[in-house]
Amino acid sequence: MATTFHIAVCAGIVPDPLQTLEPTTTPGGPAIKNEMLLPAVLDPWAASALYEAADLASRVPGSKLWLVSLGPKARLQQVMMTVAQKVAFELVPIDSPQGGFADAAATAEAIASTIEAIPNLDRAKLLLFGGWESASRGAGVTLQFVGERLRIADQFFGVDQIIVHDDGSFEVLERVEGGKHQVSVCAGAPAVLGWATGNLAEPRNNPQIGMANMRTVMPALQRAKAAALDANGLRYVAVSLPRQQRETRVVQDMTPDQIAAELVAWIGKDR
Amino acid sequence: MESILVLTHADESGSALTKASLEAVTAGRDLAARLNAELRIGIVAAKPQLLSKGLLCAAPKGLQCAAPVLAVAGEAFAQARFASDAAACTELCRAAQPTLVLAPHSSRFARVMAAVAHRVGGAIDTHIAALGGAEGFETTRWFYRQRIEAVIRRDKRPWFLLLEPGTNPAFAADPHAPAAPSDQIAIAVELPELRTQVTGFRAPKVDEQTIRPDAQLLFVAGAGWTKKQPDGQVHTGEAAELILKFLRASGASLGSSKSLVDQGGEGNSVLPFLTHLNQVGQTGATPRHAKGLSTCCHGEEPHVVGWRFIGERRAVNLDPNCGWTRGKADVVYIADAFAVMQRVNALLGSSDT
Repeated sequence: MATTFHIAVCAGIVPDPLQTLEPTTTPGGPAIKNEMLLPAVLDPWAASALYEAADLASRVPGSKLWLVSLGPKARLQQVMMTVAQKVAFELVPIDSPQGGFADAAATAEAIASTIEAIPNLDRAKLLLFGGWESASRGAGVTLQFVGERLRIADQFFGVDQIIVHDDGSFEVLERVEGGKHQVSVCAGAPAVLGWATGNLAEPRNNPQIGMANMRTVMPALQRAKAAALDANGLRYVAVSLPRQQRETRVVQDMTPDQIAAELVAWIGKDR
Repeated sequence: MESILVLTHADESGSALTKASLEAVTAGRDLAARLNAELRIGIVAAKPQLLSKGLLCAAPKGLQCAAPVLAVAGEAFAQARFASDAAACTELCRAAQPTLVLAPHSSRFARVMAAVAHRVGGAIDTHIAALGGAEGFETTRWFYRQRIEAVIRRDKRPWFLLLEPGTNPAFAADPHAPAAPSDQIAIAVELPELRTQVTGFRAPKVDEQTIRPDAQLLFVAGAGWTKKQPDGQVHTGEAAELILKFLRASGASLGSSKSLVDQGGEGNSVLPFLTHLNQVGQTGATPRHAKGLSTCCHGEEPHVVGWRFIGERRAVNLDPNCGWTRGKADVVYIADAFAVMQRVNALLGSSDT
C-alpha cells in the first residue's frame, strides 16, 4: 500500500464512570466537586478511536500516530501510565483545566492550533480521529470544530469501521438512526473520523510498549503548553443532579408465574 | 428581537421530512410564539418541493400565514454527507440571517452543524432537552452522560440548538385549517469538491433488526443471561431463543449492557444478535421509551445513565442487592429471568391467539 497516514487522535480525560459526580460552583464556573481527586480515565469513545488508530497504523506501514490530549498535566500523567501500555503513540499534551463545562469552541481552538504546530505532520495525510462525543460535555462538536478549523472537507461521525483500499480511499461505516450504518466511500485523507465503539477490544497492557512510550511521554508532559479556555459568552444558569431516586418496590415473594402475569399486564397497559 | 430558522431534512426515501425534523418545527413554532420572533423553515433535500406541503400552516400559533420555507434542491442533497450538507445549511443560514437556529439532533445534522456554526460565526449546543426561560432565552441539556443537568444561556448569535428527538411532538398540519400558500424560496448552493459518496446502508449481520426506536418498551439483556445457571451449565442458546421470542411478541426494542456486548470480542459465549449498537449506557445509547424492563443486569451506574429517559422501569434480577433496588427502578423482581421470561412468552403467545 503506497498510502501512509498521519493519524492524530484527540482524546480527553474524564472521571472514571463508576465514580459518583456532584456539581459545584467555582469562581471559574461550574465544576465537578473534588474532580482532581477522582480517578480519571481516557474518554471511552476516544479510547476506541486510539485503538482503531493504532490498528490502522500497524496495517499501513510508514504511518504515524499522535495522541493529542487536553487536561491538567498531573492528571494526564496519571492516565498515561495506563494508556501508554496499550498502544504505541507520541503524546502531544495540552495543559488545561479538566471538565465538561468548558466551551467546546475554545477547546477546539486549543486543539487545532496544537495540531497545526506538530512538527513533521503532513496535513495532506492527516486522519483526525477522536470520539464522536465525550463522556463529559457529550456534545459531539469539538472534533468537528477542529476539523473545520483545519479545513478538512470530509467528516464522519459515529464511525464503527473503516476499510482502507490500496489507492488510499476508504470505506466508512457511520451509525445512523434505527440501528443501521450508513456506508460511504471517501477519496482519502485528510478526513475527520469521530469514532463510536469500533470493533476492537481494549488491547492488553504491554510493558514493552509502555516503556517505549514513557520515554517520550514524560518529556512531552514537561513541555506541555498551557491553554486558557474562553467561555465565549456561555453562561450557566443552573447546574444540578437530576432527581432520579425512585421508590423501589422490591418483590421477593412472588412465583415466576405471578411475576410474568404482572409484567404482561404492565407491558399491555397503555398499548 | 430573535429570528428563528428551523432546519429540516428529508428521510431516506426523500419523500417526507423526518419525524425529528417535524419535532423541530413544533419547537420552532412554540418558541417563535413565545418570543414573538420571526420563523423560517429551511429544507435540505433532493426534491424539497414535495416536502413543503406538510409545512403549510407552520407559522407561529395565532398567525394564519405559512412560515416562509427556504430550500436547497438537487441530487447532491439526497445523500447525508458532510461536504454537501454543511454547504447547504450554511447557505440557508446566510439567506435567513437568523439569531436562533433549531434543528433535529439527527445523525445527518449532528455530523455537520458545528461546522456550519463555525462558518457563520455562531455558537452551538447539542442534545437540547428543553427550551425555556422566563427572563431571557435559555436551554437545558445534560452533561457527563446524562448525570448532570444544566440550564445555559449564550450571548453569541446565531445560536444553533440541536434538539434531542422525542422532546417535542411532531408537527402535523391541521387538515381543517385554511391552506396558506407555500412560499418556498430556492437557495443556490455552490458545492465544494465532493470526495465522498454514500453507497448505501447496512444493518448489522443479525437475523433481524432488534433496535426499534419507536417501541413503547426497551428490553435490556444483561451479562447474567450467559452466566452459569443453577445446573452448572450456560444456556446461551435458550437465552437467545427466549429473548427473541419476547421481542417478537412484545415489539420491544433490545438494549444491552456493555459487559454482555463486550463478551463477543473476548471469545465468550454470546447472544448472536447483539452488537455494540444495542449497547445502552455510558458508552452506548440513551434511548427514549415509555417503559424499560431490565433482565440479568446489575444496574451499575455506567449502564443506568443510559436509562435517563426511560419512563417506567422494572427489573428482574437474582441479586436483591443489585443497583436497580437502590432507587433506580420502580419495581425489582428477585427471580430467575429464564423462568420469568419463559412464562411471559407463554402469556404473550396465548394472548396473541
